Amino acid sequence: MGRFWSLLFLMVPVLGVGIFVWAIAGWWPIQNHWLPDNINDHGHVIDSLFNFILYLTGAIFIATGLVLFWFLWKYDAAQNAEPVKYSHGSHTLEVVWSIIPSVTLLFIAIYQMNAWADAKLRRPEISRTPGPDGKLHTDDDVVVLQPPLAEVTGRQFEWRVRYAAADGILGTEDDVQITNELHIPQGEDVVLRIKSQDVLHSFFLPNLRIKQDVVPGMKQHVWFRANRTGVYDIVCAELCGWGHYKMRGRLTVEDRSSFNRWLADQHTKQTQAEFQKPTGGEE
Amino acid sequence: MSSTTVGAHGAAEHGRGSMTVGEFIRTYVFSLDHKIIGLQFLFSTLLWFLVGGLLALGIRWQLAWPWSSMPIIGRMLFSGEGGQISPEFYTTLFTMHATVMIFFVIIPILAGAFGNFLIPLMIGADDMAFPTLNMLSYWFMWPAFICIGLSFFSAPYGAGAGWTSYAPLSVVGEAAPGSAMWVGSLPGAQTLWLLGITFVGISSMMGSVNYMTTIIQMRAPGMTMFRLPLTIWAMFITAILQAFALPVLTAAGFMQLLDRTLGTGFFLPEGLVVNNSLPATGGGQPLLWQHLFWFYSHPAVYIMILPAMGMVSDIIACFARKPIFGYKPMVYSISGIAGLGFIVWGHHMFVSGMNPLLGMTFMVSTMMIALPSAVKVFNWLGTVWGGKVQFTTPMLFALSFVSMFIIGGLSGIFMAATPVDIFIHDTYFIVAHFHYVLFSGTAMAVFGAIYFWFPKMFGRMMNENWGKVHFFLTFVFLNGTFFAMHILGAVGFPRRLADPYDYETFRQLQPMNQFITICAIGMVSSQVIFAANFIYSMFYGPRVGRNPWGANSLEWTAPSPPGHGNFDFQPVVYRGPYEYGSPEVDTDFYPQIQPPPSDPARRYKPEHH
Repeated sequence: MGRFWSLLFLMVPVLGVGIFVWAIAGWWPIQNHWLPDNINDHGHVIDSLFNFILYLTGAIFIATGLVLFWFLWKYDAAQNAEPVKYSHGSHTLEVVWSIIPSVTLLFIAIYQMNAWADAKLRRPEISRTPGPDGKLHTDDDVVVLQPPLAEVTGRQFEWRVRYAAADGILGTEDDVQITNELHIPQGEDVVLRIKSQDVLHSFFLPNLRIKQDVVPGMKQHVWFRANRTGVYDIVCAELCGWGHYKMRGRLTVEDRSSFNRWLADQHTKQTQAEFQKPTGGEE
Repeated sequence: MSSTTVGAHGAAEHGRGSMTVGEFIRTYVFSLDHKIIGLQFLFSTLLWFLVGGLLALGIRWQLAWPWSSMPIIGRMLFSGEGGQISPEFYTTLFTMHATVMIFFVIIPILAGAFGNFLIPLMIGADDMAFPTLNMLSYWFMWPAFICIGLSFFSAPYGAGAGWTSYAPLSVVGEAAPGSAMWVGSLPGAQTLWLLGITFVGISSMMGSVNYMTTIIQMRAPGMTMFRLPLTIWAMFITAILQAFALPVLTAAGFMQLLDRTLGTGFFLPEGLVVNNSLPATGGGQPLLWQHLFWFYSHPAVYIMILPAMGMVSDIIACFARKPIFGYKPMVYSISGIAGLGFIVWGHHMFVSGMNPLLGMTFMVSTMMIALPSAVKVFNWLGTVWGGKVQFTTPMLFALSFVSMFIIGGLSGIFMAATPVDIFIHDTYFIVAHFHYVLFSGTAMAVFGAIYFWFPKMFGRMMNENWGKVHFFLTFVFLNGTFFAMHILGAVGFPRRLADPYDYETFRQLQPMNQFITICAIGMVSSQVIFAANFIYSMFYGPRVGRNPWGANSLEWTAPSPPGHGNFDFQPVVYRGPYEYGSPEVDTDFYPQIQPPPSDPARRYKPEHH
């Protein structure tokens, strides 16, 4: 039976890699079972890091799986006539297989930092002028960060979107307010301010490789540059109650002119509604 | 218990069936004997394992065929909803699946059942240092069982804020049906949940104090720390982890309890209104709960794997008939995992809103914790190398631990990388990852350990052939269940959605979820074979002697099952527990208590390098 069990363990790397290859290739019956289309200019960094780790861990997975199989096959008590190798280990090997993984892991960690900083720390800037020291890219630069295009507020169980509209300032009377519909212009750096009104939610845009929890009492910013028009999902990725599953928003990426037209339309609709019902009271 | 009972504590010999009720209660119910307490933990946790497994099937059913009635049982269970699993109950299902599996199965089965049973036997002691404390550590599980059990009935739907119990969802009564403060005269489900977790914490704390004291103080003559089996090393380090991390969870649990009952507002920002609740007075921060929770619950992940690693090391060395490869590196890597385990909790919070700079530090420490795990895997492979592998049932489970832990360990690297985690956080990729570690890893190791130590526990063997059938089916189905989840995760398929197919991005994933559910049903069903084998063998399995596997460590020199006081002689230890295939003896094993050969020429002289 040793042969059978060895082969069973061989199946782990064989089928494991097989399923991944199948999914990546998108063969029948599992088409579209891989990373969804990336439409964010910054998102491909995340995809390539994902793939980098996938290939690296894949290689280790195959190597260790084959070694385990080979040892089981070769040293099966029913087949192996040689005496047991009476060994308590090898100092050299321990050093080797401690140093190589630690260097690799440290490399992976450091290699990721730039992408992380781009995603979470370096918000797009409108302008940057040298400060008193007269040099650019020093700590005393005068930086104007890009203001948020819209504010998205999670609440049980919907996304409320608020645009700055004409005056360009959020939180003023002319803001356009809309629920579960987020429109953004294509090919431009977009900053969104996201927050929560009640419990934790997570603002997840699978196609833009964006995910950020929103925490009541805090404000977060996300930024991206969408490069393809279309309609995409806004997912809530943090448990927010019984209706968590239906907290679905729609993200529409369109070119600048249709975006402007849409925003103006929304504004008109909103103000007209106010004229028709002047006693209704804005919230 | 058996004819080999030895009364080291002067226990009276009883004939079978002549026990009075009082004696029965002292011997089997409120027993001070570590072996009985260990078995009490084992039986309780195995029953909860069944409960947790059935809850998981409920989750799987909903993901495969949302809103459809389960055949036959659907109408019985959910008559109010026309046989459907309601979205409220779905949140209860995944909350309680995780709670039961983590707090009632994995932690108590490793530390409570195997820690209790094995520690005194493997170090050559007659019992734990504090037998009464030990008994209490089991009986404090019962208030927890009752609280958690009641929580299913308290609110209409049970606790539903996830096993992580994130504030404000868990704190504000109006936020979820399960978070309600009172249901009639019963405290709400979330309150009961918090009380239950607190009792589990008290139980674990009592156990860990006992384990540390016992291992430090009660080792047999000659049993130095570096002659301890790795199981004991792992239990020792685990006890330290428990002792230092658990008070934080207990304190945090009390803070959440106070938030709920007295409105202290540790975890609520000012003016928070959820679902028309009264505005919170505030002064708190939801992220604080996450920090406190994960400060315990990340070390808890290692509490849930280190003992399994220890037991697997013992099983592999025994059935490779070869010394463990790199004993000291194995010990150091257990310690390294435990030490680093305290400074990686932030990797659960990369996208939580925590300072992104802090995320970078946690990324580095998290990456580095993969190193000791890798060293352990290489040493297990090194142990198999050049051995004579016997494919017994315990060995198959132990090998599958290694094979599966490789997957679980490697998939962890994806999540440790912060930018990649942005995409896969809270998706099925993480679900795949921790099930590979906790089910395919720990639970498989536990199965192996049960098959391995069953003869010592009951003096009888479990059936090997049925054991292998159980192994084969579990192994195949678990991979069918959990491996495919990596693929779901790569699409970004989120956790905890009652109906994910409303999203266009995930609509095509339903057939794969159906495949996973079928495998999960197969996996749970296969455990019937285990249960039948276990129960049958307890009473009718072939009787065995003291050392059926030809193993070296001390428990195999005691009678099977050992009587009260464990050893019928004073064990004296001459060497470590992994001297298989030693040239000093003619047998392929060399028990720790066997004196070295009297002829100095036969003594083995290790080469120095």
